[in-house]
Amino acid sequence: MTISLSIFIPFIAAIFVPFLYKRIQSRKIGWFVLLVPLMLFATLASFIPSIAKGETYSHTFRWIESAGIHFTTYLDGLSLIFGLLITGVGSLVILYSIYYLSERESLGRFYVYLLLFMGAMLGVVLSDNLMVLYVFWELTSISSFLLIAFWYHRKKSRYGAQKSMLITVSGGIAMLAGFIMLHTMTGTYSVREIVVTIGQYTDEPLFVFAMLLVLLGAFTKSAQFPFHIWLPDAMEAPTPVSAYLHSATMVKAGIYLVARFTPIFGGEMTWFYIVSSVGIFTLFWGSFNAVKQTDLKALLAYSTISQLGLVMSLFGLGSAALNEGHSANSIIYAQATFAALFHLINHSTFKGALFMVVGILDHELGTRDVRRLGGLMAFMPVTFSIALIGSFSMAGLPPFNGFLSKEMFFESLVNARNLELFDVGTMGTIFLIVAWLASVFTFVYSMIIVFQTFFGEFQPERIEKPSREAPFGMLVAPSILAILVIGIFFFPNSIGNYLLRPAMAAVYPTLAGAEGLTPQIVAWHGFNSPALLMTIGVIILGAVLYKFYRYWRGIYTIAPMTWNLDAAFNANLILLEKASHFFTRLYMKGYLKDYLVYIFSFFIVVVGGAILYTGSYTFDFSNDAPITANEYLIVLAMVVAGLSMLFAKSRMTAIILNGVLGYSIAFFFVVFRAPDLALTQAVVETVTTALFLLCFYFLPDWKKERSPIRTKLLNGLIAFAAGTIVTVLALTVQGNKMFESISVYFEDSYQLAGGKNIVNTILGDFRAFDTMLEVVVLFIAGIGVFTLIKLKTRKEGQDFEDQ
Amino acid sequence: METLMTILVGFLVMIAVYLLLSRNLIRVILGTAVLSHAAHLLLMTMGGLKKGSAPLLGEDAESYTDALPQALILTAIVISFAVTAFLLVLAYRTYKKTGTDNLQELRGFEDE
Amino acid sequence: MKINDVILQTVTKIVVFIILTFGVELFLSGHNNPGGGFIGGLVLSSAFVLLYLVHDIETVHKGIPFDFKKIAALGAFLAVGTGIGSALFGKHFLTQAAGHFTLPVFGETELSTVLVFEAGVALTVVGVVVTIISTISEDV
Repeated sequence: MTISLSIFIPFIAAIFVPFLYKRIQSRKIGWFVLLVPLMLFATLASFIPSIAKGETYSHTFRWIESAGIHFTTYLDGLSLIFGLLITGVGSLVILYSIYYLSERESLGRFYVYLLLFMGAMLGVVLSDNLMVLYVFWELTSISSFLLIAFWYHRKKSRYGAQKSMLITVSGGIAMLAGFIMLHTMTGTYSVREIVVTIGQYTDEPLFVFAMLLVLLGAFTKSAQFPFHIWLPDAMEAPTPVSAYLHSATMVKAGIYLVARFTPIFGGEMTWFYIVSSVGIFTLFWGSFNAVKQTDLKALLAYSTISQLGLVMSLFGLGSAALNEGHSANSIIYAQATFAALFHLINHSTFKGALFMVVGILDHELGTRDVRRLGGLMAFMPVTFSIALIGSFSMAGLPPFNGFLSKEMFFESLVNARNLELFDVGTMGTIFLIVAWLASVFTFVYSMIIVFQTFFGEFQPERIEKPSREAPFGMLVAPSILAILVIGIFFFPNSIGNYLLRPAMAAVYPTLAGAEGLTPQIVAWHGFNSPALLMTIGVIILGAVLYKFYRYWRGIYTIAPMTWNLDAAFNANLILLEKASHFFTRLYMKGYLKDYLVYIFSFFIVVVGGAILYTGSYTFDFSNDAPITANEYLIVLAMVVAGLSMLFAKSRMTAIILNGVLGYSIAFFFVVFRAPDLALTQAVVETVTTALFLLCFYFLPDWKKERSPIRTKLLNGLIAFAAGTIVTVLALTVQGNKMFESISVYFEDSYQLAGGKNIVNTILGDFRAFDTMLEVVVLFIAGIGVFTLIKLKTRKEGQDFEDQ
Repeated sequence: METLMTILVGFLVMIAVYLLLSRNLIRVILGTAVLSHAAHLLLMTMGGLKKGSAPLLGEDAESYTDALPQALILTAIVISFAVTAFLLVLAYRTYKKTGTDNLQELRGFEDE
Repeated sequence: MKINDVILQTVTKIVVFIILTFGVELFLSGHNNPGGGFIGGLVLSSAFVLLYLVHDIETVHKGIPFDFKKIAALGAFLAVGTGIGSALFGKHFLTQAAGHFTLPVFGETELSTVLVFEAGVALTVVGVVVTIISTISEDV
């Protein structure tokens, strides 16, 4: 129950923010917002001891019974880690943003979006029902879109927002299809139930498709190759947002999904190879590209892509443990997942700190271009220390937490090479080499962050603002993260025991409680451990490459480095737009007449065709009522009026003829015993005619239609066909009574509704809902008329960059 | 009577469609008005004509005319009035803004 | 535009009241005889339209200082509101209730929520029709 509520608290807080912001229009609003994640963090943290003992919590609001969709929340070790990350990093980011954003920004909007995201993200990791999870999943994409486009007057922000939205949402829809396939197979939307029963469905043809589609969702969200292109562009968001969404939380939603679905799909060869090879390649591609970036934030974006790839590949390798029949070795392979979860936490700490450092540089100096920075160590000692800690941890150096998880990563790769499953053989070696190379590049760009920014020559003339240390408030959040980076290195097993152990149990429900599933993390494995040798190799080669960077920089100008995925994406987008434009223009001519011709021709062909095809035109004239002479007269009058309307020379004649038609119909209503209708028709006809006349006062006199005789003939033909088909259709309906009339029911109106006028009781009681909506429609029409006339469009100044 | 009315409805539909297909905005609006007349008559005819007295229980008649189509038509009359009014104002506004009531000339920009 | 038509204006003064009375009568009798919200509303509004035709807008506005948009809104609100009202009493949306009461002046009278609903319909019709006519004629 507490868990379900905690998803809604951010949303509820988001409702109050605008009202509060009206009162307090200053950065103080941030302190109020900060309360929300702090409170949630404390709540979630209070669950740590019981979760560590192996308990799980679940709560269900019954919702859509027939579709099997319920609002079920589920808290286990895995969702707890993510929940703590979301609220913990969220608190720090909001604290940081209080000092980062200037008071001139629309802070209210910013915090609303941020809270929206926080709630959605909590919803993703705490939901057990796939449909609910999907809704929250897309909500994170939407809030991310809003946050990237926070400075919406900048063209780049809008572009980045659109790109991230397009990619993540299309992935999300693919994922939805995968979810539905899972539902078709297993008959439930609950993840836990699917985990239990999935064993019997692995041979179904849908199984592989469901897996691929779910992976597509995870890969787009977690910026895996080739979907990573949205992440660098998303860096247009304010830095606190980048630190929060695009490094610590949202991009990890894909990782979460893979972890959550490991018990379902894990142990399959397809899953193993796709997840690990995409992960490994993303790791390499991200780190390789990060080196060439000159914008620090772009560098961090590529580094995030690469680190996400690392975690992803570890989950892929770890999934091998679920393959049946190899349970003796399962524990060893499961270590990869352990490393993944551990690195996930570590990455959030050091990458969060680094993003905040870059934010400080940008905020204080007005630039984050590596080429313009240098020698800042003397001016910004605290910032420097944080950057040093973060970067060295990222590079995998002791005594920082990155070292521990990097070692475990190498160990898992070495283990994977010995895997006796899936014909790993050479693939294992390739994985090992690529990952090692990627680590070398990781080392290089980590050094770039530290040395090119804080050492070297100070270039005051190339910096826009005087360099000084950031205000205390901005340093608090990154300092806390930096302390965590060191703290985790010295006490890794407290995290291991309290957070990772229950999470491992969640990923490997079948292995839960097995001996050694949660290893003790140690920094020192002895000299002959392969991981240590690899780390030393990374440092040596990395140092050499960093030193001689300018000599091998040319590699980035040769193919395939020049192949540009972004350009391909843009070209595709333009192509799509052009194609749809072309097809639309084929039939959307822009003339009302053409559209009406489509509509009527369709009507003639489909309805007329159907009548002919089914041969159902049986007429029955036997029940016809007798006709009196004066009725013939009215019909004749109407025919004459109708025909003359077509040839009327002036609009006045036409409107009077329309009046003739209307009053004749009123007369028919009298003949047909419908007094209410006759009254209404007569009054409406009067008012309508008055309205027409009023408008004629302003409208031009009508000119003779000058269209070619061919068009006139065609129009006449369409009109004649339409009229004939309506007649035939109506006669057919009268000739075939399919069932008894229901009107007898209404003749009890006095008992049922207390009225003697049946028509009126139908309007006011039996079918009052229709009448109510009709009144609303009428009201809307009135408002529409009023606004059409009264409101003129205001001219607004151009407030947007459009180049 | 029903057959005659049905043919009349078809005739009115024909007039309405022809008017709708013309270029002049006012004629198009008149077309919609005539079309709704046709629809009302059609509804009426479908319920059967002259089958009893007016649907007022106070009449104490043996049988009453079908009241359901009447209720439907009553709703439809008011709605079609709202539509006609809205269209008229739309035409008026269009004329004020563009200076023409010819639909051929009212085509939007190339890239719309 | 100023129209100087003495006969029409004099006749209108009387006729408008006849029409208004007729409209109210139609509206009230709707439950058992021909009439009801729509017709009543339309007849009432046609009286106003006649006034607009005969006198100029300023005169009519001076005589009837209502904002007809608000009347329409009130009507729509009443119509929707009776529906919600029945939901509050645990019945289905838009369930109408009726009862017979003995009132001091009218004697035995039937009162029902349908009347409120119909009043909503009538007010909306009057409000919308008059709004349409008056906004068009104001915009010269």
